[in-house]
Amino acid sequence: MAIVNKRQEVVQKRPASWTVRTRRALEGNLPMDHLLPDRQPYYVGSWVYVFGVITIAALAWVILSGVILAFFGPQWWHSSGVGRFVNSVHFWSVQLFFIAMVLHLWGQYFMAGWRDGRAATWMIGVVIFGISVLTAFTGYLSQQNFASQFVAINAKDAMNSAGIGSFFNVLNFGQMYGLHVMLLPVGVTFLVVAHLVMVRARGVVKPIDPEGVVLP
Amino acid sequence: MRPMGRTQEEYYRGVRMAPYDLVKEIVVALVGVGLLALLVGATLSSPDVAPVTIATWSRQAQVDFVTTATAELAGSTISAGYGPPYNAAGTGQSWGPIAPQSWFGVHIAVDSANAYVITPLQRASFSNPALRSALSTWQGASANQQGKWLDAYGKALGTATVKGGRISVAAGSYGPLPEMMSSLVGVAQSGGLDGLLVSSDRFYQTDYTQPLLFLGDGTYLSGLAEQAHLTGSQWGMMNETGSYPGQTWLWLYTMWYQIPPFTSQTGFLGINSGNADLLVIILMTLLTALLALVPFIPILRDIPRWVPIHRLIWREYYRPKATAPAGSG
Repeated sequence: MAIVNKRQEVVQKRPASWTVRTRRALEGNLPMDHLLPDRQPYYVGSWVYVFGVITIAALAWVILSGVILAFFGPQWWHSSGVGRFVNSVHFWSVQLFFIAMVLHLWGQYFMAGWRDGRAATWMIGVVIFGISVLTAFTGYLSQQNFASQFVAINAKDAMNSAGIGSFFNVLNFGQMYGLHVMLLPVGVTFLVVAHLVMVRARGVVKPIDPEGVVLP
Repeated sequence: MRPMGRTQEEYYRGVRMAPYDLVKEIVVALVGVGLLALLVGATLSSPDVAPVTIATWSRQAQVDFVTTATAELAGSTISAGYGPPYNAAGTGQSWGPIAPQSWFGVHIAVDSANAYVITPLQRASFSNPALRSALSTWQGASANQQGKWLDAYGKALGTATVKGGRISVAAGSYGPLPEMMSSLVGVAQSGGLDGLLVSSDRFYQTDYTQPLLFLGDGTYLSGLAEQAHLTGSQWGMMNETGSYPGQTWLWLYTMWYQIPPFTSQTGFLGINSGNADLLVIILMTLLTALLALVPFIPILRDIPRWVPIHRLIWREYYRPKATAPAGSG
């Protein structure tokens, strides 16, 4: 018994490897019952919490329909009935995504969702909104139709005035399409995952005033 | 540092917990949103108005096409005098010492006169002796002479008509310009100019900078855009062709273009319609930064406490709890 205890002591004293430290950090900060909870504070039953999950669901449909459109190429949907339908699902999923995201953002603002150490979660959310706007913008430029032409001609002046046009050329279809189907969606998805992990790690914020307090 | 797992347990200590099924909620949302997107997609479809080609432009609005091409030669179009990143003919937008457009310089060189008129005509002239002669006359003339021809032809185009598919202008001294423009219309109407403007020394091409700038210099495309409510003064960035929603989330960005001083010629504090693009970008960047930093900005972060919308959101939580009558226990 004494020998076993001595061995355990030696193991415990040995400096932890990076792997062990990473595992301990993950286990400590994001236990599975926080990542996939089966119990939540009862006030989470409010309808406002639905907008976040609708945003995620709409994003999933945007990505799924976008992957199909990317697979068949940018001209497919102009000449195929099925392609037009997939493009329509992509188009309306994007509209639903933005509606839900804006409602989620306003909901979080009026709940002051950044309280109690959640400022970084709020800030990443704003960055996600900004990159989503840029992703949708490059999508409108990649449609290869009349609207894309005029959006590009109109938008170039804003980009050029800020000096951005030198390396972000809205008149260059290849550049806009590449950004739209790869770089920007990967950025949005990565940040959404980070945002969700932060929400699950800290849990949802408590209501602003104490329970049951009646306003004068 | 304490692990967040323990912090969360302490945070919720004393709070009543209720059963919750996260996975079920996600699956229901995925199915619900998917069904809605499929249904709306199937019934309302999506916008897809065919793009304008240079061939269409030269057929449908020949006078505008020739007027634009003549102005490209004269260097008086928007693209010819744009400045960075296309050329050094202008300085671009600035606000006091803030001039990022000129800071970055010329990165996407476009020589309007050569790109849109001279080079296409040179390529078309190998089997056309009359055009070859006209080009030779043009290139052999002095800049002063070229200017006089351009000025006279440009004025004549103001009252030009199209007869039998050809431009007809009042008699005048236009040098080789009528022959050059007639040939350019022929190249454009055959679709040759659409191809020439995207071609380069590389086989593959995806850059439409040249043809889009050329289309933007004319009034044909912008006229169609105005009918479709797509121009900047019509909240264009938020709109789409037909009755479809556009980028409605850009409402705030688009709004600035509808109000003074961004619409004003005289302006305020150096802000006017001439540098509106730069100032709107600066303003929106500041507002976005402000939104991201709300948690640290007094007043902005306090508004949710003052406005009782949170009491509506958490109305169950704030509902007065029934208390047991005194002495009942």
